[in-house]
Amino acid sequence: MKNDTKVLLLKVLIHLGALIPLVNLYFLAFNDKLGADPVESVIHFTGIGAFNLLLITLSVSPIAKLTKQGYLLNVRRLLGLYAYTYALFHLVNFLSFEIQFDGALFISEVWKRPYITIGMAAFFLLTALSITSINKLKRKMGKSWQQLHNVSYIIILLVAIHFYWSVKSELTSPLFYFAMAIMLLLFRYKKIKRLLLSTFN
Amino acid sequence: MLINIPTKNTLKDCNVTDESVYLERRSLLKKMGFLGASAVMSSAITSTAQAGFFSDDDKEKVKFQTKALNFSKDSTNEHLLRTPENKVISHNNFYEFGAQKDQPLALSQGFDVAPWQLKISGECDNPITLDYDNLTNMFPLEERIYRLRCVEAWSMVIPWIGFSLADLLKKVAPNSRAKYVAFETLYDPKQMPGQADRRLGGGLLFPYVEALRIDEAMNPLTLMSVGLYGKTLPPQNGAPIRLVVPWKYGFKSIKSIVGIKLLEHKPPTTWNKLAPKEYGFYANVNPNHDHPRWSQASERSITTGGLFSRNRVATLPFNGYGEEVADLYKGMDLSKNF
Repeated sequence: MKNDTKVLLLKVLIHLGALIPLVNLYFLAFNDKLGADPVESVIHFTGIGAFNLLLITLSVSPIAKLTKQGYLLNVRRLLGLYAYTYALFHLVNFLSFEIQFDGALFISEVWKRPYITIGMAAFFLLTALSITSINKLKRKMGKSWQQLHNVSYIIILLVAIHFYWSVKSELTSPLFYFAMAIMLLLFRYKKIKRLLLSTFN
Repeated sequence: MLINIPTKNTLKDCNVTDESVYLERRSLLKKMGFLGASAVMSSAITSTAQAGFFSDDDKEKVKFQTKALNFSKDSTNEHLLRTPENKVISHNNFYEFGAQKDQPLALSQGFDVAPWQLKISGECDNPITLDYDNLTNMFPLEERIYRLRCVEAWSMVIPWIGFSLADLLKKVAPNSRAKYVAFETLYDPKQMPGQADRRLGGGLLFPYVEALRIDEAMNPLTLMSVGLYGKTLPPQNGAPIRLVVPWKYGFKSIKSIVGIKLLEHKPPTTWNKLAPKEYGFYANVNPNHDHPRWSQASERSITTGGLFSRNRVATLPFNGYGEEVADLYKGMDLSKNF
């Protein structure tokens, strides 16, 4: 099979894998078939979905390197955009179903609750990365594009902290996710060290 | 488009046995004339082993059976819009059966409530132990339709059935040293998977313990509940007996109680031990004192409707029961004693 065909097939799989659960989720939620509190369910599902997709996105380049399958890099943008889509749904769920468009409450929650502040910061950074994923912008930005997109290493840490601080007592899952994020950063140890040195020297 | 090419052993939807058929497969077998074969089999194995083998077969074992109760109706609160029964019994915080809201229903249906012993002891003249039948026949049962406000900022309206804790305490005659009432949940990791598995149990320390000041315990609103919606409690709601303190956050209303102890000094309580800055001993519902990580000024009231039910309502001091209980805290700084 040609690499182009492989990329096409992978992309089809990614579209289906990301969209079907989302459609299914809202179908169940709108019909009140998602447990007693569909609001909590949709917030948690899209939040953890966004985190999963971010982790998958960040594992593309280590996997491509280890397996010497360079064509895999071609699906990274799509994965990243779906991570953003899930994050967007996560925020919209919180704003429309949990907060129910109470603007004052929303602002005070973002301002007063560190885990929501951090989540919002991660969301804004992710927005910047998504907008600049358009090819035209990417070309225009030249070198600074890569610099901006290195921010994804910060985003994954912010998201891990956001999850860790949001839970009431069960810390196993947040710690597991934290470990996965750190592991993906360790694959980039040399690059991150270089970035840190050039930033602080 | 995804083209699904099934391999030889791929199961299709039509291969899935319908649940009702699955549950009735023994009677289906009999109808199909396999009775002779199963009779031969049962002669080869003892009857107890057979019961164990086939325990999943019976609907009774699949879903915990509740019983209808005799009680007097709560006519004063009939106007309150109640949370539907299927939501009350499927959305539970009962970490002994799993920390996710849907886990208690899924993991508790085999819970054995009889025999049960509830021991009331400590600083009192008349310590007693109630058995399973005493829970429902010792006191006249009454319905109480109460609001339940969870510390996570959601709420329900539930028609509980039970008796006043005060009636029970009067029976044991607390002495003058009794200043606090401590409660303890059953500790049985074999039956409560959350106690056996730290991850499933949400990292809580078990057995779960809670406590009230004696005057709070004696308040007529404080209920020992043995049922809801006309029937005995299902396990996920705290069978066979639980506490309901409607002006406090839900975690104070301890479930599946095996011990009540009258004490001179304030005992430790589960959530307070875990995070003292987030969960106080009093845990009175207070819209003016936020949880450090979320606002307590309003709540989502869970009734009917899916995602679009506009259900955010203002939270009331003492969950709306201020008239009955505010006096208990006169002169106290409620932002310190939260």
